[in-house]
Amino acid sequence: MDFDLTDDQKLLTDSVARLLGDRYTFEARKGFQKQDAGWSADMWGQFAEMGLLGLPFDEAYGGFGGGAVDIMLVMEQFGKALVLEPYLATVVLAGTALRVAGSEAQKSAILPEIIGGAMKLAFAHGEQGARYDLSDVTTTARKAAGGWVIDGAKSVVLHGDCADKIVVSARTSGDRNDEAGITLFLVDGDAKGVTRRGYQLRDGTRAAEISFASVEIGDDGLLGTLGTGFAVIGRVGEAGISAMSAEVVGSMDKMLDVTLDYLRTRQQFGKAIGENQVLQHKAADMLMATEQGRSMSMLAAMMVDETDDAERTRNFALAKVGVGQAGRFVSQNAVQLHGGIGMTEEYLIGHYFRRVMMFEHSFGDTAYYLNKLADQVH
Amino acid sequence: MDLRFTAEEIAWRDEVRAFIDAELDPALRERMRVGFGPTKQETIDWQRKLNKKGWACPGWPEEFGGATWTPVQRLIFNEAIQSAPAPDLQGFNITMLGPVLAHFGTPEQKAYFLPRAANLDDWWCQGFSEPGAGSDLASLKTAAKREGDFYIVNGQKIWTSTAHMADWIFALVRTDPNARKKQEGISFLLIDMKTPGITVRPIISIDGSHHLNEVFFDDVKVPVHQRVYEENRGWDVAKYLLGNERSGIARLGKSRANLEFAVDTARQVRSGGAPLVEDRGFRHRVAQIEVDIKALELTQMRVIAAASKKSDGKPDPFSSLLKIKGTELLQATSELIMDTGGPMAMPIWASELHALGNEPIAPEWAGYMAAPYLMLRAASIYGGTNEIQRNILNKAVLRL
Repeated sequence: MDFDLTDDQKLLTDSVARLLGDRYTFEARKGFQKQDAGWSADMWGQFAEMGLLGLPFDEAYGGFGGGAVDIMLVMEQFGKALVLEPYLATVVLAGTALRVAGSEAQKSAILPEIIGGAMKLAFAHGEQGARYDLSDVTTTARKAAGGWVIDGAKSVVLHGDCADKIVVSARTSGDRNDEAGITLFLVDGDAKGVTRRGYQLRDGTRAAEISFASVEIGDDGLLGTLGTGFAVIGRVGEAGISAMSAEVVGSMDKMLDVTLDYLRTRQQFGKAIGENQVLQHKAADMLMATEQGRSMSMLAAMMVDETDDAERTRNFALAKVGVGQAGRFVSQNAVQLHGGIGMTEEYLIGHYFRRVMMFEHSFGDTAYYLNKLADQVH
Repeated sequence: MDLRFTAEEIAWRDEVRAFIDAELDPALRERMRVGFGPTKQETIDWQRKLNKKGWACPGWPEEFGGATWTPVQRLIFNEAIQSAPAPDLQGFNITMLGPVLAHFGTPEQKAYFLPRAANLDDWWCQGFSEPGAGSDLASLKTAAKREGDFYIVNGQKIWTSTAHMADWIFALVRTDPNARKKQEGISFLLIDMKTPGITVRPIISIDGSHHLNEVFFDDVKVPVHQRVYEENRGWDVAKYLLGNERSGIARLGKSRANLEFAVDTARQVRSGGAPLVEDRGFRHRVAQIEVDIKALELTQMRVIAAASKKSDGKPDPFSSLLKIKGTELLQATSELIMDTGGPMAMPIWASELHALGNEPIAPEWAGYMAAPYLMLRAASIYGGTNEIQRNILNKAVLRL
């Protein structure tokens, strides 16, 4: 057992923290959000320059050859600054699909483009009727001469509006909820028949509803092998849980800091409100939840590359519930301890609150994973 | 970063488990599994087996019989004991007094008391709390007046666990009633329970057991050489004692054993025409507890890893987190056991579910269901209430 970071990992954390501290203040973020894309192309360039966009990819493609712990460290910092850029969508989600299932040709063509900052990707899997059910896919792909034709619609595709390429799951055989018969494809964002309606999510990040009407792609657009996309989708979701868990940890750290500052400075009844024991104890509970959530985020990061399927999926269920509950507790109490100011759009706490809310509804919520764990009790 | 145990650590766990399997009386183990504590003699026998093996007092300095284990090995050892379940190391002797004597004791005190404490030749109890000094321990009033080579002790201690079976008591007494600060007039004394003037009166707790006592001191003569450290510096000793041993404070092994017992019982209980273990509500409670156990398991390892890196000897405030979350789990798991029992949690003793001639008339688990629940309500009160632990977190970390 070992909780130490390597020197490289410490350096990575420090440099990301420094960049965001200098350039990604809450005020600067408001400006980024107002840009057309809803995020900053300039910051994206900075991430590329620092090597963050190549973090999990093999050195052979120009990447950094890092692992889930490196992603965790970066995402913690992103969570402190509420980074708006399509890092999760491009590097973590679509990046995992490419790493796990991509052919040599696909990886050689796409990964260097991601790493250099030229290409953004999205992972389009969820559909409006599917909720958290990973096998519920009604989008179809049928074989045509020299390729495939895709029909259907994907919902709440993170950063789907700006993606140059979209990883799409489609049913190539089987019934609506069959795990077998789901296949992944790579589709150009501006391919004929692709319609994207972009919008802002509650936390200010971007997403899109994307429809596919007889979208034709070549055989080289098949990602992985036919009918076996389900396992890849699972790995993508786990990578997403791990990365977002770390982001929530960063957000919890920040919310706790900001709340403690507020408790020290806000005066009522002639004294700082933090002198009230009932508020001190609530803050102690927030501290404990943050630390317990951090432990679970570490667990998720350690499990990303675990090869024992049962061990991995069980631990992800534990971690998702643990981080989800911690995040909900800390964010709700951060608003509560602030009082009225915590309810305002102008103040930063509500923005963290809503980022944490996004995590709970991504890749399966607390009830979903508690059900999974409950099914294992016998 | 790697959260998994190494191969050496797993081998160590297997070694501890194998020792327990070979040496622990199976009947005692089964009684502990269903929620009973060991008797005094059983604890002594077990402690002596550990002592023979060199495992009796792992946290002590090596020269007094301590082990050279890593903090992770300590954790693995504690958890193997708790989840067996086997009797814990006798806390007063091993966790509390031993390190104090090793650190503050005179050579004579060390030479005489430490080997006897490790082998449980003396059973120690702790005389700290008083009727007027609970969470506010430093306001204690039991007086020790110096007369020549003796202190004359008068006063009362309360909540004294196992005082009725103890040979000795280590007690905080007030030697300077006029000290500027209340913490400054306190001394730490070792008192033979057979000394004339000591009276022990039982306190029966809500689980029906006799564990707690009141101890009265009426002109009790204690030789001055039984004082540990300097006169009026007993508060330093007490702080050292309370902050010293934190490995295993979360008692996760015990919570795991409780959870296992609840699930095992739920397989035998029927509800709605099927085993209770298939009930959705029951399964959800188990799932939630499993999440909380996992989170604390990892947090505990982080705290231990951090502790092994620092050398200032100060207690880590995050051990308050381990205490709060650990006792919440002890309470949640014992609550689950009781609720698993359903109506069978209502009779007091299992023996009352036996017909004349001692034939059981109820399932084997019945009658064991409520005692841990009742007993473990104390978990969030003893060792510094969970509210005091939050105060500690505030003072040391949040600084509001």
